[in-house]
Amino acid sequence: MIIFLLLLAATWLLWSGLYKPLLLGLGVLSCVLTFLLARRIDYFDNELFALRLSLRLLRYWLWLGGEIIRSSLDVIRIVLHPKLPISPRVIDIKAGAEDPFYQVILGNSITLTPGTLTIDVHEGVIKVHALTEDGARSLEAGEMNRRVAALQET
Amino acid sequence: MDTLLDILSWLLLTTGGIFVFAGGLGALRMPDLYTRMHAASVTDSIGPILIITGIMLQSGLALASVKLVAILLFLLLAGPTASNALASAALLSGYKPGGPASSTQDAEK
Repeated sequence: MIIFLLLLAATWLLWSGLYKPLLLGLGVLSCVLTFLLARRIDYFDNELFALRLSLRLLRYWLWLGGEIIRSSLDVIRIVLHPKLPISPRVIDIKAGAEDPFYQVILGNSITLTPGTLTIDVHEGVIKVHALTEDGARSLEAGEMNRRVAALQET
Repeated sequence: MDTLLDILSWLLLTTGGIFVFAGGLGALRMPDLYTRMHAASVTDSIGPILIITGIMLQSGLALASVKLVAILLFLLLAGPTASNALASAALLSGYKPGGPASSTQDAEK
């Protein structure tokens, strides 16, 4: 836990590079606040969930970027349409990945893509609110789910 | 070369701004909380991607760009997490998805 605090402090100093009392004070405040919040969500009781960067993850991010652009355009088209053609619905998606870390990636990817929104994750089932029926269908087709599950394999 | 970068950067900043504006417009036009969040998510996914990439082209290969990448990463990781918390809090407090515009869908269920 002490290491966590020191790491936070070092990160703050490296990023900021300014040593005025006000900024240092703000830094101490942020570090302590982060530490308290991390403890509150039981961060220290679980195995460390660090972002596992890999080439495969970067490739996934590129694909996700493309999806974000495509679905943003879809949502904007709906917003600017005079009749606002939405058909909201809630669907359940069974996550292909068993590791909670990758379920979080899937849930966040779904939210990050405009038009679909993760409401709840419970025992590997992700409850998703979709703005349109088409959005729900393409999510049910499961390409994102497959890609995230493929990230998990080492 | 500099002019080209400037043009590209302004193009990114402008399209980013348009997306943010359209997202805000959508948040006003949508009928209920969940659908509003869909419109707002345009503002916090593609908006920052375009705008921060645009600013990065202005700052060039400097420490500022590294910081901008970090900011973008934090935004893209923290944004959906906050959205999930908001949506699940709404669901838990008994706010059912489906507003006036989706009443036909509700009738089917």
